[in-house]
Amino acid sequence: MKKIIYFLVMIFFVLLLIGCTPEDKEEKTTLMISAAASLTDVLNELKPVFEDEHPSIELTFNFGGSGKLAQMIIQGAPSDVFLSASESDMDKLQVEDMILKETRVNFAENELALIANKNQPVKVSSFDEISSATVEHLAIGEPESVPVGRYTKQVLEHLELWDSLQGSLVLSSDVRQVLTHVELGNADVGIVYASDALRSGKVTIVATADSDWHDPIMYPGAVVSDTSHSKEAKLFLAFLTSEKGQELLHKHGFK
Amino acid sequence: MTDYSPLLLSLKVAGISTFFVFIFGVFFAHLFSRKKFFGKSIIESLFMLPLVLPPTVVGFGLLILFGKNGFIGSWLLNWFDFQVVFTWIGAVIASIVVSFPLMYQSAAAAFESLDARMENAARTMGASNWRVFWTISFRLAWPGLLAGLVLSFARGLGEFGATLMLAGYIPGKTDTIPMAIYFAVESGQMEKATFWVVIIVALGFSTIMWLNWWSRRNIERYKNDNA
Repeated sequence: MKKIIYFLVMIFFVLLLIGCTPEDKEEKTTLMISAAASLTDVLNELKPVFEDEHPSIELTFNFGGSGKLAQMIIQGAPSDVFLSASESDMDKLQVEDMILKETRVNFAENELALIANKNQPVKVSSFDEISSATVEHLAIGEPESVPVGRYTKQVLEHLELWDSLQGSLVLSSDVRQVLTHVELGNADVGIVYASDALRSGKVTIVATADSDWHDPIMYPGAVVSDTSHSKEAKLFLAFLTSEKGQELLHKHGFK
Repeated sequence: MTDYSPLLLSLKVAGISTFFVFIFGVFFAHLFSRKKFFGKSIIESLFMLPLVLPPTVVGFGLLILFGKNGFIGSWLLNWFDFQVVFTWIGAVIASIVVSFPLMYQSAAAAFESLDARMENAARTMGASNWRVFWTISFRLAWPGLLAGLVLSFARGLGEFGATLMLAGYIPGKTDTIPMAIYFAVESGQMEKATFWVVIIVALGFSTIMWLNWWSRRNIERYKNDNA
């Protein structure tokens, strides 16, 4: 008997909760945006600005590694816009006709930054001063599997440092780990994207790499072919490349 | 020509870590067995914690503790000029922490199932505590202790998450088999990945197989002795 009463009380509360949910007066269009993890901060700041301008559109984000996101879209995960951190992942979708080719646009560019701990003096002030004499441990992304590691290797090879630094290079499985090693002072310096360096309050940018030392680090965006909201999706991409959108991107370390 | 250094490094790390885990595990399990004191369950829960925490959390904790500016790390650096992070010793420490719960659990169960009257009888005949432990408790508990030892070794061999954070991935210095596999898969080098997967599966499988065979043989022998 007691159980039944508990059950009825539970049902009562559940119904009460359902009753309390406000009903949407206007039909809102929800855009699902699959975006590279490195864009997390800037997109969260951009969301209210965009939604103020377009009250009928609501943005939802799905953040992840670009490669995994591209794979998910190919497998049919619902998505209206894809914002990638690498051109090759966008190329994969284009080959499969999974994106609307004419909407593809490079909306941001990133730089490589040499970072050090704010509270720990280092012996280097530029990329070419890095050597096994000045730096004990240099934290970087693993060059074969982590995109930032691939660009890092290009830079170190361009400066003819790659071979001499073997044994001092600590390879990490993602950018976050590189930041952690420098933040805790275990690695003297590290190399990450400029936008990631700005996200951490405990590191300082010592130098940025010349853009011709590595392939351009472009962020392409495009509307996904399967979308049923292509008009709204195009509006969002246009906003990214607009003055306001670019301003926000610059603020977060993108070019 | 395959580079076999991950295999040697993995065996070295797991071997050394198992040695320490065995000593600490047996020591604490024996110390705590049949004792009741305030806070015992809290300490035991702390011991078991690495078993349920995600390896990255364990790794992060160790990094904070053993890092250059960490509590233990700065002390080691000042007194011995020695850095744990980014060395194979770091891999040993990570391995010790994650496999300790397995050893402790097995050893505690083994000691608790002993017949206390045996130990007490030896004591009434004037045997020292150490002698009681070595000639009676340790030998009777040995099957359980061995199970813990083998499991700890297998766990140490497979340790990845905490190791990657504490020891980093420095080719030729701290690349154990699990790291070689992870980065080979991530970069699409399937042949290399398959090679190491086969090796680690063979190692893990034969270790556990041997343990099962050994304990079954022991049980049968025990039955025969009592028949």
